[in-house]
Amino acid sequence: MVQNMSRALVEVQGLGKRFDVSSPWLNRVLAREPKRYLSAVESVDFVIEKGTTFALVGESGSGKSTIAKMLVGLMPPSTGRVVIDGVDLMQADALEQNQLRRRIQMIFQDPYASLNPRWRIDEIIGEPVLAFEPEISRRDRSRRVAELLEQVGLSATDAHRYPHEFSGGQRQRIGIARALASKPELIVCDEPTSALDVSVQAQVLNLMRDLQTELGLTYLFITHDLSVVRYMADAIGVLYLGSLVESAPASSLFDTPQHPYTRMLLEAAPRLDGFGRQHQPPAGEIPDPINRPSGCFYHPRCPFVTPKCAQEQPLQRSMGQAQVACHEVERLPVYHPGQVIEPSVSN
Amino acid sequence: MNNIQNDTAKPLAWYQRAWQSDVCWSFRHTPIAMLSALVFLILVSMAIFAPWVAPHQPFDPSTLNLMDGFSPPMESAIGSGNVYWLGADDQGRDIFSTILYGMRLSLFIGVAAVFLAASLGVTLGLIAGYAGGWVDTIIMRIADIQLTFPSILVALLIFGVARGLTPPELRDQMAVWVLIFSIGLSDWVQFARTVRSSTMVEANKDYVQAARLIGRPRHVILRKHLLPNVMGPVLVIATISLALAIIAEATLSFLGVGAPPTKPSLGTLIRTGQDYLFSGEWWIILFPAMTLLLLALSVNLLGDWLRDVLNPKLR
Repeated sequence: MVQNMSRALVEVQGLGKRFDVSSPWLNRVLAREPKRYLSAVESVDFVIEKGTTFALVGESGSGKSTIAKMLVGLMPPSTGRVVIDGVDLMQADALEQNQLRRRIQMIFQDPYASLNPRWRIDEIIGEPVLAFEPEISRRDRSRRVAELLEQVGLSATDAHRYPHEFSGGQRQRIGIARALASKPELIVCDEPTSALDVSVQAQVLNLMRDLQTELGLTYLFITHDLSVVRYMADAIGVLYLGSLVESAPASSLFDTPQHPYTRMLLEAAPRLDGFGRQHQPPAGEIPDPINRPSGCFYHPRCPFVTPKCAQEQPLQRSMGQAQVACHEVERLPVYHPGQVIEPSVSN
Repeated sequence: MNNIQNDTAKPLAWYQRAWQSDVCWSFRHTPIAMLSALVFLILVSMAIFAPWVAPHQPFDPSTLNLMDGFSPPMESAIGSGNVYWLGADDQGRDIFSTILYGMRLSLFIGVAAVFLAASLGVTLGLIAGYAGGWVDTIIMRIADIQLTFPSILVALLIFGVARGLTPPELRDQMAVWVLIFSIGLSDWVQFARTVRSSTMVEANKDYVQAARLIGRPRHVILRKHLLPNVMGPVLVIATISLALAIIAEATLSFLGVGAPPTKPSLGTLIRTGQDYLFSGEWWIILFPAMTLLLLALSVNLLGDWLRDVLNPKLR
């Protein structure tokens, strides 16, 4: 980690977010309830290097989107820091914040909600230009909008239309054009393809990859779709209940997943060679994030559980190229795709 | 992709698109909507063009003939021999002309009061819905408290206080503005509630997040992003509120606290006409009352129709 400092664009250190989910004050006093908190994210560390794609994967409720919001500054973290190119977003003064904002953009999940339905496309794409370069004349701005539209594979004449005149995939392209409008370095993509048809997904992903090579963009890619991750990511972090259980380079994660949860995710993903394959259905449900299990959060579902797992929260440890949070990782059997995992310890 | 779109669908002129829109289609297929729109348009244009439409200038004492007082409809008057279509009142004023001028004032007060109520309610609703927390709590509790009083009572209360604060020599001149102020202030709650709830829905959408992300100031997000997206229901409420405001104004004037008899609104006309109801001069009250009824009914029916078209869920 230390030797990569110079190339790191994003450093996330001990990031955590706690939401107050207590009932209203009066109800709480009357029912003598304590305050209740939901830990959506807890001590998450990762580094994204310039020009690479880091993917965060996890089930719904694992805190993916919360991390995205904290990373772009839409939500202040409860603990920890987000450092973008050496500047802490929350500590920065207004001027620094404005400069940082320009360098971070976001692509949203739902292309139907991410474009203001009452705005024309040129207004939507031109807004970041207006916000960051107010000195630019109207004509130059519309020229920029036309360039951006063509860059994402739409036509410059689309500028005078409204969002409802476009399909989901086209809208997502408009969302990408808006994200590019402020000439950012880092783009946070919050499940950018999960609302699209599979055929359109590939087009949008290809576009995003082309733009990455063309403009040297850095992506934080948030998704639950492992096939998308395999296609896009250079490095992957696996989230479970708000904590990173494993982070590794993409190749090593898919070939030699370490954490039992990562293995379970890979087993659960549909595959082309999976016909007739013996399949182990994932055991259990993701637990309630308000009352999380003791020790390792995954231990109630883990086939390799030991008594220690229920007591002690595992720390990140290096295992090959991966960082894994598991007590037993050294003693786990070697992963073979499609293997049926028998519980080593019955409980 | 786009070329195909351009080839198949030629862009329509705005009037063609308007004619083909859902709202217009529904309008053309709802006889009640068309009828009430027609009545409303006739009434409004007569009110607006009152100085040209009215056969007499009812508030110019030099043109009045006291001998024409109480002249019944469609009969030639004793004094001047003029025929008053809807009769004349105690002063010999033409009822038809006073109705036109009265309706003018009623409509003006109604529209202005709704405008005030809508601006106030939309602003407060936007702020409450977007800010949340204690700002929301304070604004909405005030709204709840105000809702526990009948709005005419609130209007009376505000009217009384505001009138007390205006200097006596200005009271008659200020009466119209005080009326607008009190009716508008008594009617903002509905706007605020509706706008607040739609703001809360819209503010969570990603396009607002995108605007926050690039550091757009809060007032820009509220005005440019949220306001256009929460205005749909406001139009419906404004239409229905217009009918209520016209009736509220008539009620206040009927109670004698509204428009002065020297500058009467429909409500004032009904109040003065009421004195002659039992002595047989029925036309002095009947025609202003009928006009008020037609006006309020047509606005109300239009509002109901608009509500059904724009938001089927509200039905």
